[in-house]
Amino acid sequence: MARKKPEGYLSAKDSRRISRYNRKVTNALEKQHKRKHVPESEYLTQMKDPNNTVEFDNLHSYFFTDVGTVKAVDGVTFEVPTGKTVGVVGESGCGKSVTSLSLMQLLQRPQGQIVEGEIRVNMGDKAYDIAKMPLEKMQEIRGNYISMIFQEPMTALNPVFRIGDQVDEVIKLHDKENLSKHEIRERTLKMLDMVGIANTEGVYRMYPHELSGGMRQRVMIAMALACSPRIIIADEPTTALDVTIQAQVLDLLRNLKDKINSSIMFITHDLGVIAEMADYVVVMYAGRIVEKGTVEEIFAHPCHPYTIGLMASKPVVGKQVDKLYAIPGKVPNPVNMPNYCYFKDRCEMCVEGCSGDYPHEVSVSPTHKVSCYRYYDGKVGESNG
Amino acid sequence: MAENKSEKKAEKKDKLFIDDSYTPVEYDPQYILMVNNLKKYFPIKDGLISRTVGYVKAVDGVTFNLKRGTTMGLVGESGCGKTTAGRTILRLSGEKTGGQVLFNGREVYDLTNKEMRAMRTKMQIIFQDPFSSLSPRMPVGEIIGEAVREHNLVPKGEFSDYVDQVMDNCGLQPFHKDRYPHEFSGGQRQRICIARALALNPEFVVCDEPVSALDVSIQAQIINLLKDLQEKYKLTYLFISHDLSVVEHISDVVGVMYLGSLVEYGDTTDIFRNPLHPYTKALFSAIPIPDPTVHRNRIVLEGSVPSPANPPSGCKFHTRCPYATARCSEEAPCQREVEPGHYVVCHLFDK
Repeated sequence: MARKKPEGYLSAKDSRRISRYNRKVTNALEKQHKRKHVPESEYLTQMKDPNNTVEFDNLHSYFFTDVGTVKAVDGVTFEVPTGKTVGVVGESGCGKSVTSLSLMQLLQRPQGQIVEGEIRVNMGDKAYDIAKMPLEKMQEIRGNYISMIFQEPMTALNPVFRIGDQVDEVIKLHDKENLSKHEIRERTLKMLDMVGIANTEGVYRMYPHELSGGMRQRVMIAMALACSPRIIIADEPTTALDVTIQAQVLDLLRNLKDKINSSIMFITHDLGVIAEMADYVVVMYAGRIVEKGTVEEIFAHPCHPYTIGLMASKPVVGKQVDKLYAIPGKVPNPVNMPNYCYFKDRCEMCVEGCSGDYPHEVSVSPTHKVSCYRYYDGKVGESNG
Repeated sequence: MAENKSEKKAEKKDKLFIDDSYTPVEYDPQYILMVNNLKKYFPIKDGLISRTVGYVKAVDGVTFNLKRGTTMGLVGESGCGKTTAGRTILRLSGEKTGGQVLFNGREVYDLTNKEMRAMRTKMQIIFQDPFSSLSPRMPVGEIIGEAVREHNLVPKGEFSDYVDQVMDNCGLQPFHKDRYPHEFSGGQRQRICIARALALNPEFVVCDEPVSALDVSIQAQIINLLKDLQEKYKLTYLFISHDLSVVEHISDVVGVMYLGSLVEYGDTTDIFRNPLHPYTKALFSAIPIPDPTVHRNRIVLEGSVPSPANPPSGCKFHTRCPYATARCSEEAPCQREVEPGHYVVCHLFDK
């Protein structure tokens, strides 16, 4: 009698096979990335709609790990219109951070790679495809055009450098006007003042540990905005903060966005924050978008069972319920995704079609799209899949 | 040895600072827990010989009573002393500085070591971070059962069944017993923490931000579990959290803390419907509402929280309060019952 193999068991042979495959794939991709003097035509592209700042088109970002390929982002398509805020919601591990890191080309390489799809970024007169961009070109875009506010202000700031030096560095690195040391300092102080820090001269000379959580997050925002980027990625910027400080930071972001006319991609799992900040909402589950639409549509008529469950599971102030709805089960194993709808095993609204292939996108309204069999009636074929 | 001595000496010195300025309360049997003007200061040491140069007033005047079988939510910004208050009530952070903690009518800080040990089974705590509060070297069955065996709660023969039963109550499978904490997800780990606390059959549990580290959908599972267990075993919770919507959902009574003191406390519905203290109003106005059509007027507080080592004179909130008067900076307000069961610490309600 053969002993039953535990779940996730890998034989030495399998393990070697996976490593060999990973090495082959990642080496090829790395080589592509590290080329020097790549002609611009290779990554030049056209925006579908010139009013968009970013367009994600069928993006696939995979992680080639020792236990198999993790499809962290598996075919994600959405747009960030100019001057608008797009909120990305989902549980941890659903691929929202990986999507934003792909846009910055900051995936942990060589394991993490963009394997397919396009990320088109509008640069004004032309558009670039980030997915094909070589490393050396990327440096000009990061910080200048796209910048990111990280989740943990304590770990994202360097503890051994003064605040001023850290903000100065960003400006110096992306500086195109050959600013003098004094001018850079002036600009840093201006940035610190803009994010609402009162004692700018003092904070300039402080170390991160001398600041409170809210102040640190402000410094992070000042750093991100130092070069007036067109796209700000805010990766859970308020999760580690208190409600009062969270409110301040959200106000600040909203005002600054209007001041420098940029777009925000706002990643969070707090639906309350999304409702306040976002114009458009994208709901992600297990690496795919399950629902997207304007904020009013998503909150007034959530369509996908996951969105509905997510909303029901969060208590709301002023609304009394006896028992919170808890989505049963857990997220499927990212290495072995099922071939049917990823949410089927946790879904309480299944219909007959659910055991079929992964559902494609169905339009509920021109801006509201959902991937669910429940909305298939008569609308099949309308969607782009 | 020498180090030990100096430590003892230091402890003695700190003990000298005891604040006796409270009026003792009489035990009322309807309350499981009575906290009266509780204070906990931490000394600030400086210099070559570690002289005490000041005190961080982490908990500075907390007064409330907690009925049997109910849940009290404790909210406030980070650093306001919520966690220290919870730990001080359980006698987990050394000696108190002043005030009273009556648990079932007995002063917790007057118990001898032996009595305290017996009392520990009745009062338990669930920690915030399920990733660092479980020993990585112990299998789950041992984590849950260790205290049960130490306190001889069940005969040896029934021990294994007892642990199984506790795990079952908390939504864990019997085969999880031999696994180690790293094999579990965040939600499962929090279940282990809850099982560990409940294995001793406590009457009172301090939940120190039990859901803050968890995902939204897992949060709902854990909150439901806590509520079910409360109903089943008639537990009393002190629920510490900075997530106001969770606190509103789970609590019967809410206390709002600012800089070590309880500024307002009362029934959940009263507090959320009609917040009275200016700080509570500002705090509640900052809650994001998951409805894009609603726009609430936000009260923005100026400045930042003062240092608890050097709190402002008079009312601690007067430096940021929009209604502050000259009196607020001179005289500290005392707790006042504005509505039945709704207490506020503010001069605005002195009438």
